Amino acid sequence: MTKNVRNLLLAVLTLLPGAALAGPSGEALAFTCAGCHGTDGSSVGPSMPSIAGMDPEVFVDAMKAYQADKRNATIMNRIARGYSDEQLKDMGWFFAKQRLHLTPQKHDAALAARGARLHEKHCEKCHENGGRPGDAGTLAGQWMPYLDHTMADFLSGKRDWPRKMKRKVDAAIAEEGKQAIPALIHYYGSQQ
Amino acid sequence: MTDIKRRDFIRTTGGIAMLGATLGFPHVAMGAPRRVVVVGGGVGGCTVAKYLRKLDPNLAVTLIETKTSYTTCFMSNEVLSGERTLESITFGYDGLRRHGVEVVTDTVVGIDPVKKTVTTAGGKGFDYDACVVSPGIGFKWDAIDGYDEAVAEDIPHAWNAGPQTKILRRQLQAMRPGGRVIIVAPPNPFKCPPGPYERASQIALYCKHHNPRAKILILDAKDAFSKQGLYVEGWTKLYGYGSGNSMIEWVSAAAGGKVESLDPTTRTLQAEIEEFQGDVVNIIPPQKAGPIAFAADLVDGDWCPVDKRTFESKRHKDIYVLGDASSAAKMPKSAYAANSQAKVAAAAIINRFNGREPGDPTFVNTCYSVVGEDFGISVAAVYTLNAATNTIEEMPKSGGVSPANASPEIRKREVSYAHSWFKNVINDMME
Repeated sequence: MTKNVRNLLLAVLTLLPGAALAGPSGEALAFTCAGCHGTDGSSVGPSMPSIAGMDPEVFVDAMKAYQADKRNATIMNRIARGYSDEQLKDMGWFFAKQRLHLTPQKHDAALAARGARLHEKHCEKCHENGGRPGDAGTLAGQWMPYLDHTMADFLSGKRDWPRKMKRKVDAAIAEEGKQAIPALIHYYGSQQ
Repeated sequence: MTDIKRRDFIRTTGGIAMLGATLGFPHVAMGAPRRVVVVGGGVGGCTVAKYLRKLDPNLAVTLIETKTSYTTCFMSNEVLSGERTLESITFGYDGLRRHGVEVVTDTVVGIDPVKKTVTTAGGKGFDYDACVVSPGIGFKWDAIDGYDEAVAEDIPHAWNAGPQTKILRRQLQAMRPGGRVIIVAPPNPFKCPPGPYERASQIALYCKHHNPRAKILILDAKDAFSKQGLYVEGWTKLYGYGSGNSMIEWVSAAAGGKVESLDPTTRTLQAEIEEFQGDVVNIIPPQKAGPIAFAADLVDGDWCPVDKRTFESKRHKDIYVLGDASSAAKMPKSAYAANSQAKVAAAAIINRFNGREPGDPTFVNTCYSVVGEDFGISVAAVYTLNAATNTIEEMPKSGGVSPANASPEIRKREVSYAHSWFKNVINDMME
């Protein structure tokens, strides 16, 4: 059984009436996130990432990394530890089904254009469609201050690189120098 | 490998969910819509109104609030320091109207739990199938001799933001160089447990820039307070706390901090051991549920007992009490708590309308405090219901406060998260 088929079956089971086990629903769990991540996961606060439309596996992986203190967290490590694996999956599926609403952000168009080229060359393979919600973390339209924090954590070694990512980022920096990361962030921030 | 793309997958499961809704959860499709009347336009009231309409667009939801806009008490300490304006924390109710909530400007004076009617000062009656009461706090005006509602016009509490915040801000600006600000901190339980200490911090921030020899004295009715270790760390770093020249001084109850009376003409406070005179005095009185909770017979003592699974009143059926007024230990009286409780109540109300048992509730609290420039701290908790004891308990090994002695970068990030949190919680409750 492939992972996708298994996930599909699990999702179907949780949706069937009467199949619900004791405990809060995925929706009820996800509603508690909105105070910081916006209604249904579309954030309007520049430091908090939008999580609407996020891939459920990326969501669960992120929460488990927070639980294990593997990210340079301020608060998410403390919150993530309040949930079971099953609850994280339920929340992940709730957010996966939500439409992402983006807020326009101020950006430098010339820098964003350079970022677009860098993205196409180095990032698009994993962050498909310009980084729209997909199998990797959402980048398109994501809040720029959040992306700033995240990239700073990768570059300072406070967060482990996902497979292949370090090589790709190094290549982008080799090509564009110090402006590579700001260019990418302005590109993502420019997308609507 | 079977290639099911995530989008197809979602389409499929979404379809199944709809099928489930059609077959398994028949909604009442005929007849007049169910009516929910919400009393109070703060965090609890706004959130429940929005989420009721979000979860069931067929509901008729009316929110009744005295004021035409809501000024948040959270972030109002930054108005005192001048970091933001009062306008930046004041919000109208048009967002709720766009969600189909009828917003009525009037004051609720009574709730008849038998006839199921809410009556207002304007002489109107509103029938309900479910009523949600989220009135916030009231003050125990008789707790400190010489302090009452009239005196508060000159010696503000500023514990409901708005005109009171302006009074305190003006007095700080007018204070003589090297003057003394006294903050009287209330006994537990009260709205926003870290608030008085954030207030001291933000006033210190103001004084650091505009009145560097000023002093801030906190007279406390308690021997410990929320996020104490982190405040002390921030105060030490930013305001010389613990040194001979500290800008902030804290007097615990044990050290004589409990205030017994006030002489408003001389701004002198009689505490248990000594007298203290201030140039600016801010008295945060002991608290209880807001007046309508008493008028509607929803209290037991100072606060409103509720079934923690639904937030339905223990005193009257089909009335739900949210936020600061409810007795919801171990959740604090905070904006995030009210927002979280409101969603549990909204789901419970809809379940009852549809003849279903309420689900298991889940709650979160998150609360940021800005101690000074680039120095933010937080507390968080994930809660679950212990149905046997009707108590809300923290999930083990989770939650807690920001780490001690964190890097400057982490402290700085928590300031940006505090401000982003503010935008998102406003968005989630009323936009």
